[in-house]
Amino acid sequence: MDLKLKVWRQKNAKEKGKIVNYDAKGISPDMSFLEMIDVVNEDLIVKGDDPIAFEHDCREGICGSCNIMINGEAHGPLPGVTTCQLHMRSFKDGDTIYLEPWRAKAFPVIKDLVVDRSGFDRIIQSGGFVSINTGGAPDANALPIPKKDADVAMDAATCIGCGACVASCKNASAMLFVSAKVSHLALLPQGQVEKKERVKNMVNAMDKEGFGNCTNQYECEAACPKDIKRDFIRVLNKEFILS
Amino acid sequence: MSLDSKIPSGPLEKKWDDYKSHIKLVNPANKRKYTVIVIGTGLAGGSASATLAELGYNVKTFCFQDSPRRAHSIAAQGGINAAKNYQNDGDSVYRLFYDTIKGGDFRAREANVYRLAQVSTNIIDQCVAQGVPFAREYGGHLDNRSFGGAQVSRTFYAKGQTGQQLLLGAYSALSRQIGLGNVKMYPRTEMLDVVVIDGHAKGVVIRDLVTGQVTVHSADAVVLASGGYGNVFYLSTNAKGSNVTATFRAYKKGAFFANPCYTQIHPTCIPVSGDHQSKLTLMSESLRNDGRIWVPKKQGDTRNPADIPESERDYYLERKYPSYGNLCPRDIASRSAKEVCDAGFGVGPGGQGVYLDFSSAINRLGEHTIAERYGNLFQMYEQITGENPYKVPMRIYPAVHYTMGGLWVDYNLMSNLPGLFVIGEANFSDHGANRLGASALMQGLADGYFVLPYTIGNYLAEVGFGKTPSTDHAEFKKAETDANTQLNKFLNIKGKRTVDSFHKELGKIMWNNCGMARTDKSLKEALVKIPEIREEFWKNVNVPGSGSDLNQSLEKAGRVADFLEFGELLCLDALTREESCGGHFRTEHQMDDGEAKRDDDKFCHATAWEWKGVGAKPTEHREKLEFENIKLATRSYK
Repeated sequence: MDLKLKVWRQKNAKEKGKIVNYDAKGISPDMSFLEMIDVVNEDLIVKGDDPIAFEHDCREGICGSCNIMINGEAHGPLPGVTTCQLHMRSFKDGDTIYLEPWRAKAFPVIKDLVVDRSGFDRIIQSGGFVSINTGGAPDANALPIPKKDADVAMDAATCIGCGACVASCKNASAMLFVSAKVSHLALLPQGQVEKKERVKNMVNAMDKEGFGNCTNQYECEAACPKDIKRDFIRVLNKEFILS
Repeated sequence: MSLDSKIPSGPLEKKWDDYKSHIKLVNPANKRKYTVIVIGTGLAGGSASATLAELGYNVKTFCFQDSPRRAHSIAAQGGINAAKNYQNDGDSVYRLFYDTIKGGDFRAREANVYRLAQVSTNIIDQCVAQGVPFAREYGGHLDNRSFGGAQVSRTFYAKGQTGQQLLLGAYSALSRQIGLGNVKMYPRTEMLDVVVIDGHAKGVVIRDLVTGQVTVHSADAVVLASGGYGNVFYLSTNAKGSNVTATFRAYKKGAFFANPCYTQIHPTCIPVSGDHQSKLTLMSESLRNDGRIWVPKKQGDTRNPADIPESERDYYLERKYPSYGNLCPRDIASRSAKEVCDAGFGVGPGGQGVYLDFSSAINRLGEHTIAERYGNLFQMYEQITGENPYKVPMRIYPAVHYTMGGLWVDYNLMSNLPGLFVIGEANFSDHGANRLGASALMQGLADGYFVLPYTIGNYLAEVGFGKTPSTDHAEFKKAETDANTQLNKFLNIKGKRTVDSFHKELGKIMWNNCGMARTDKSLKEALVKIPEIREEFWKNVNVPGSGSDLNQSLEKAGRVADFLEFGELLCLDALTREESCGGHFRTEHQMDDGEAKRDDDKFCHATAWEWKGVGAKPTEHREKLEFENIKLATRSYK
């Protein structure tokens, strides 16, 4: 396949960015989206140009590193898929594809398609944990948890922190991400003791980072590569009101 | 120099408890007077950083990802072992210890492995207390499943995302300590050197990957938790950023590298689809619980698998290993797949694949149950291959996965360089020549939560507080200058070839000459070719851009330069070890039936290599492995 790429190039956080055109030639439908960029980059380096900077690591859909707006959609056109797991068979020969970084004030651009998502870490650092020191924990089976609760907690805990929810929200809201963590711990007995402080601290941290608010349009759910459900936002709101 | 493993005396089952009761302690009020540097935030580094900070030490932690939550431990799928015996099926600490020693083909140190089995039970308690959502039974208790190399169900899991959940547990403990100010976290940084002063590791050289700035950091001890080196093969299941740099540069500063030839080839990966491929995706070993592995009985049979009747299928693992069947250990399952493919029975493009078939499990249990057990894995497979595994069998082929070799450490997890501790996959200690499934997570967390926090205290108490060197020390200056010199060298070569093209070329040689099977001839050939590639690299590599901003080509150049030296060490180790064991299969040393043939008289030892310069032969040191509790026996899974 031959494709036309329109890529956001931005040298660093201070300089202005712009869309630059590239040709991606001889692309196999079996390539992942990132492998397609690898091919383009190899070509750019040989020609003496700067390769396109983009974030990636595990390339198997779990580390949450990869983050590209593809034709205006976070992680591209397929539901439930990260950019690294998006394959070129989802595109047609001759297609034009736009590649842009996550768009959100709280995720400033570092270079090209790479953005700074450390705001998510600071939200977790404000309270997204159970305060337990190592050693001295009771036997694991001393605390039975209904399978249903454990399963729903697991569904929430599946969030990979990629930021697609923020990037696809017109308000750049981080509520799906925060609600996933809050729900995961609120659904388990271990999370009960610090439940109220946790939700207050995390919501405050979220606001401080400059993420916007939820207006119930659920673009986040549609864009989430791990199918995190919007129901968790309801849990977040409930927990916040109860706190 | 002799290698002192410092194994405590006394009976095996009492060693760790006795050791803990007699080590030197650091007074709680003095702990804050010590600084510890941790490199890496996977299960080992994340849990160690959190636990050391909980104890009161000052911790500085570095990772190259944008967030500590993205370390490659996150990709582990199947589960974590622990000798809880919740299933009442006969498990015990001794049995987990025995299975691990046997699984590692009797090339691991007994005392370390026994300790690992002992603390395994605490890990599960710790993680549950943190809120890790392990799978549960309807009664509310934890569920378990079985894994390769074991006949009991001791594997705890969280869907197919166990590594993710355990890492997020460690990350949350680490985040808590960052929030409290007890850990200073440096994401997007890379360690370029270890600083050694008066024979002790006292600091590191770090490059900020965004600003390009090189800085030095001093400490009372340095902990490397930087993972394995599987990416020396270019194609592997490792994350793209996984590299050997931290351990290799410590090796160049005097730490010994042990058993680099022990690389684990995982049997259940999605086969390579073309030259563009950048990495391989693993399908969890847990799939072997319900999937049956087979190839057609006729060579080159290209029929649709559904059209091949039962009588014309060869379930070769069930045939060769009736008692373990599809659950035989990874090295055996991998080699068997290679054998049938080499003999012309492979399926899929190029004949490099075997079927992993769920049809009988779906008939027996229903599609719903299979979807519940492995749904996300099936989805991932379909996404990558475009085939629906509920309808047609998966195709799998072995791929480089985990590395059992690493820096040599003693019972304290300290390298031969005092003050340099090495934990998790970065050290060599617990898995011998082959790692059993669900044991990597166990070792990472055991080292980080429950072993290092004791053993490092013993060292720190001995050296005393208030001795953190100033970064003005000449050794820091020299290391910083050396790092900058190398970075500038990469940028100034301005050759014609990309870094990746060298990495791919090296990887092909490693896989073809030192992959699932190695011979005297193939290894000697590799040892001629690797220095040639290295020579060309230093003349003809093209690293665009500058050193003063985010430059991914420059990052890769440093890592590939290290792989080009390390690959030679790996092949030398493989050539020197003239036996077959676990993940190291020398074709010259096999039984009549093709099984690995160990040579306990000559090779019952760990080999630890000492750096002597680029291209110079490193010095070989040997730690004899004493088996006092387990009788050395030929592994049999029949």
